Amino acid sequence: MELGLSHYLAVSAALFTIGVVGIFVNRKNIIVILMAIELILLSVNLNLVAFSVFNGSIVGQVFAMLVLTVAAAEAAVGLAILVVYFRNRGDISVENVDLMKG
Amino acid sequence: MRPKCKRGQRAVALIAFYLIAAVTLVSALMVIMARNPVHSVLWLILAFFSSAGLLVLIGAEFLAMLLVVVYVGAVAVLFLFVVMMLDVDFVALRQGTLRYWPFALLVGIVFAAEIVFASVAGVKSQPEAFNAAPGASTNAEAIGQVMYTDYILLFQLAGIVLLVAMIGAIVLTLRHHPMVKRQNIAKQTSRRRADAFELKDPTPGQGI
Repeated sequence: MELGLSHYLAVSAALFTIGVVGIFVNRKNIIVILMAIELILLSVNLNLVAFSVFNGSIVGQVFAMLVLTVAAAEAAVGLAILVVYFRNRGDISVENVDLMKG
Repeated sequence: MRPKCKRGQRAVALIAFYLIAAVTLVSALMVIMARNPVHSVLWLILAFFSSAGLLVLIGAEFLAMLLVVVYVGAVAVLFLFVVMMLDVDFVALRQGTLRYWPFALLVGIVFAAEIVFASVAGVKSQPEAFNAAPGASTNAEAIGQVMYTDYILLFQLAGIVLLVAMIGAIVLTLRHHPMVKRQNIAKQTSRRRADAFELKDPTPGQGI
């Protein structure tokens, strides 16, 4: 058996599933939800790079860089929103966010 | 194309892959299961680091280093800052988590089944040889050849995304506290001598 594309796809799929489960499990803790989203984006990156490398095309890695950029921006804005929400409410429980609707 | 490696090296690469992949998945699991969010962030750093190792294993060195620099150096530290700065009662946040496990497991199983089904149905023949630097000698060179020529527009767009995110984060979190004293240069320079003080000429022994 040799190190192949399927190895990387399996790890990436498992990482994606862990991220999705993490979103559902940590319903209250929005920080861990953001971390789970980062895990999902990481698995997407892994997938892109694996396909790029095993198909001999560099474009996938360029696209992975763009995903990296979006992930960093998402983390920054998400944490900023979290900080503002914490200032207004004094906790970060996601379950109470729907109180904001009119 | 990278040179053909020997059989022993392939086995070592496979063993290294399984080790690093196991570390990645275990640390990802610990991210979502750790009771303390600070521990979650630390496990997240380990997950990023070991997936950078996975990328090094197939020769994508540039992306691996970028993963370490951006994720571990910026994103994870940002998470750590926020987790430690916010004074949150994390024990209360953990309560009732058990209630969501069955549903989360159901969703996870459905997701995993879908992915497995799609890969089995979609992938017919898998390429085994990997080539992280097509048309160049190193991985970074191969990326650099297309990054600033063919994909310059996307590159600039990524910069704009980062700029907008930065401005957005600043606008969201900046606040003008009434108790904080700030320098107002226009107010300072428009102050005239007559407004600031006046001379009194008190008679001796009487005061003002």
